[in-house]
Amino acid sequence: MNAQTGFDVSAGQLAKERLVVIGNGMAGCRAVEEILTLHPDRFAITIFGAEPRVNYNRIMLSPVLAGDKTFEDIVINSAEWYEESGITLVSGDPVVHIDRTAGQVVSRGGRVESYDKLLLATGSDPFVIPVAGKDLPGVVTFRDLDDVEAMLSAAQTSKNAVVIGGGLLGLEAAHGLSLRGMNVTVLHLMPCLMERQLDEAAGFLLKSELESRGMTILTGADTAEITEKDGKVGSVKLKDGTEIPTDLVVMAVGIRPSTGLAMSADLKVERGIVVDDHMITSDPSILAVGECVQHRGACYGLVAPLWDMCRSLAAGLGDAPKGYEGSVTSTKLKVSGIDVFSAGDFSGGEECEDIVMRDASRGVYKRVVVRGDKIIGAVLYGDTADGNWYFDLLRSGEDISDIREALIFGQAFASGGAQLDPKAAVAALSDEAEICGCNGVSKSQVIKCIAADANSLDAVRATCKASASCGSCTDLVESLLAITLGDQVETAVKTMCKCTSFGHDDVRRLILEKELKAIPQIMQELHWSTPDGCSACRPALNYYLLCAWPGEYVDDQKSRFVNERLHANIQKDGTYSVVPRMWGGITNPRELRAIADVTEKYNARMVKVTGGQRLDIFGIQKEDLPAVWADLNAAGMVSGHAYGKSLRTVKTCVGSEWCRFGTQDSTGLGVKLERMSWGSWMPHKFKMAVSGCPRNCAEATIKDFGVICVDSGYELHIGGNGGIKLRGTDLLTRVETEEEALEHCAAFVQLYREDAWYLERTAPWLERKGLDWIKSQLYDDPETVPALAARFQFSQQFMQDDPWAQRASGDRADLHGHVGKITAGPPAGAALELEPAE
Amino acid sequence: MSGVAAQDWVAICATDAIEPGMAGTVPVEGADEIAIFHTIGGEFYALVNKCPHKQGPLSQGIVHGDSVSCPLHNWKISLKNGAALGEDKGCTPTIPLKIENDRIWLDRASINALQAA
Repeated sequence: MNAQTGFDVSAGQLAKERLVVIGNGMAGCRAVEEILTLHPDRFAITIFGAEPRVNYNRIMLSPVLAGDKTFEDIVINSAEWYEESGITLVSGDPVVHIDRTAGQVVSRGGRVESYDKLLLATGSDPFVIPVAGKDLPGVVTFRDLDDVEAMLSAAQTSKNAVVIGGGLLGLEAAHGLSLRGMNVTVLHLMPCLMERQLDEAAGFLLKSELESRGMTILTGADTAEITEKDGKVGSVKLKDGTEIPTDLVVMAVGIRPSTGLAMSADLKVERGIVVDDHMITSDPSILAVGECVQHRGACYGLVAPLWDMCRSLAAGLGDAPKGYEGSVTSTKLKVSGIDVFSAGDFSGGEECEDIVMRDASRGVYKRVVVRGDKIIGAVLYGDTADGNWYFDLLRSGEDISDIREALIFGQAFASGGAQLDPKAAVAALSDEAEICGCNGVSKSQVIKCIAADANSLDAVRATCKASASCGSCTDLVESLLAITLGDQVETAVKTMCKCTSFGHDDVRRLILEKELKAIPQIMQELHWSTPDGCSACRPALNYYLLCAWPGEYVDDQKSRFVNERLHANIQKDGTYSVVPRMWGGITNPRELRAIADVTEKYNARMVKVTGGQRLDIFGIQKEDLPAVWADLNAAGMVSGHAYGKSLRTVKTCVGSEWCRFGTQDSTGLGVKLERMSWGSWMPHKFKMAVSGCPRNCAEATIKDFGVICVDSGYELHIGGNGGIKLRGTDLLTRVETEEEALEHCAAFVQLYREDAWYLERTAPWLERKGLDWIKSQLYDDPETVPALAARFQFSQQFMQDDPWAQRASGDRADLHGHVGKITAGPPAGAALELEPAE
Repeated sequence: MSGVAAQDWVAICATDAIEPGMAGTVPVEGADEIAIFHTIGGEFYALVNKCPHKQGPLSQGIVHGDSVSCPLHNWKISLKNGAALGEDKGCTPTIPLKIENDRIWLDRASINALQAA
């Protein structure tokens, strides 16, 4: 480019080459992203899409069908992206004609667009088997969001579904429909499910697992016709005469490159649109990528090759092109709880050797196919942790003769045990190793993105998109962050939220140092970037102040999450659930009568026994809460704080009072622990349990604080969690008396209250700080435990005030009532009557 | 049709009935409840009390700046125009509001429209 003076800006605009993209799917948009990265200002871009929406991650449609994700979760490029990138998106108006001589495309709606470069990313069409009845209402394919919506609406109104095709897509559809409550039958022509990806043994394991989940799987099932009933699908008939009644038929037998448009434009088309290594078609100004192309004789229906193609395409538009050389693909099945991985060739043959391992009790099958000294294929079922490693060895063609004996046991073993550390295992992966399968991000790309200042998981997700879709590679990305940044990632300040540059620890320290005693004061002194914070930092600050200044700081209701403001749990329909405290899980006829009466009086729809040994009353209106509490208070019950970042329950077993194995009075200790710590606000919810003997019936080893009674006294365990990430407790110490157990509990709780970050459970807190740190904080100085326990007791005198009793007596009635009411109907001109509340 | 008649306002409550950072609710016969928000900065806004995502009661969310975070799934909704902020898509209807004589007034035509819907 020469720097001419007086160069007209509008002329600069005109000088842009016009790039028209046909196809607003994953390939089209990814190609555009790659082009924008390498050639930011070169093109004026127009994208035509057949679907009336923005680009989304098509491979994540299965989780949408299964209810694990929503459409919003799987959008890749939002409307803002098109706008910010200066792209014109024409959605819902597909191109129907290409005029190569004029260099123009014409849409169905008559829109004509001229191009300098045309990119075809038309994808593929689902293959519909040509049987009678294939066009009946109730027969759908599984290709886009409309198909998913059709299936979801069928699942709401009808019962039976047949999925034709037992490949990857068919099984994901079957799984989703089954989760949505339908009786699903899968018809598969071949004898083995997913025969292109799995061998017979893995196919059998998969079939058994799906059958145990209630699906019917018919292999060797050849569809003869689809019959009609009441104007829609009635049944599927097989060639062997079997007839399966059904309300929905999903055809998922395969896809075909969508080549109609290319063919009518006289481009060279075989199975797909023929392209060279730079994705150029037989017309040099027309490019093509994705499932619609045929490259070196191969067509691909998986996502990973598509990313490689898009990179080669963008590179090919510049001067240092690195061509596309075809892809070796790997497959994972997205069915929760079933881990299946396959890659490469495992059809066997003369020179091939199989290394197989089976573990029937764990339901694990692993097979690695070796030719010469190289891996050429792998099938893993039940334990797919080493999938990436095998795939990496396969793609790099590495000589595996040295590690052959241990190969099948996986990376940790094969590398002599030196790599049991997951970080080392990730470090050992090659640069090309795929980290994120959903978004096609390799290890080197993640590292490049970390090097360019993405020093947190969120930042990596926002930039190179690794782990931004299904999240199954989050551990890998976190390991890469740790490897690349070393100490920096540990010391890098994780800010509280976007309102501040301070981390939680800094804010807590500064509150004490500067004696900050109100939320607006903190925001002012610590230079908050927002006027009054956000829904993340306000509750955190409120807690930090409560903990720092007990008895002095006045709780800020407007910084409380609704549950803690209304002292009940909001439910999806906007009603609330109410859990009265049952000390140590013990109740009596009077309490049970009161709960029964409240349930009837306020039309609560359900009463449920909770996992924490108490009763949860569901379906109470916000306005009724104070009256409900008044009734429960009258029977001697107080709030169970089942809604709070606070002490929840103390679960107990019956212990030495009744149990023939009991060693101590576990119920009695449980009640004492609960009486001591109820009402205390914490960084997160806090659960305790006391088991009367090592049989541990109260499950104390998955609690934040658990006591196991033994003959000689009490084992105190900390940092357990039965939630999202299961974690067994660590043993903190052993004590001889109940009094000591109570004191150590109070000290531990107070240490957690004073040190952990808001919304950090004890389990991640313990892992972050280390068990040794906690032990040394508590026990290095013999004065510490009594001092912490005393601070906890001091704070508790202000906390143990039943919030229900306060509200029942009329406190904060404004939170439960309305400010006004509009009663009259809508007729035009009708006067509106008003009844002000106060 | 209301034609070009002067805008008609309905008095709801005194401005001090809703403390800053909180919201008050107004049930509407034949239509969805309305939530009136009082921001910490002192502004008042009225929206239908329903998140565009899963109909969560926005009045129970945490109010910050000119937005509220829905109590059900933490969607952030602009109080100015009812639009979901960030990556989320959707919009909650707003009702024009004015403050006069220390009272909060809502636009009658908008309420009529809600009731007729």
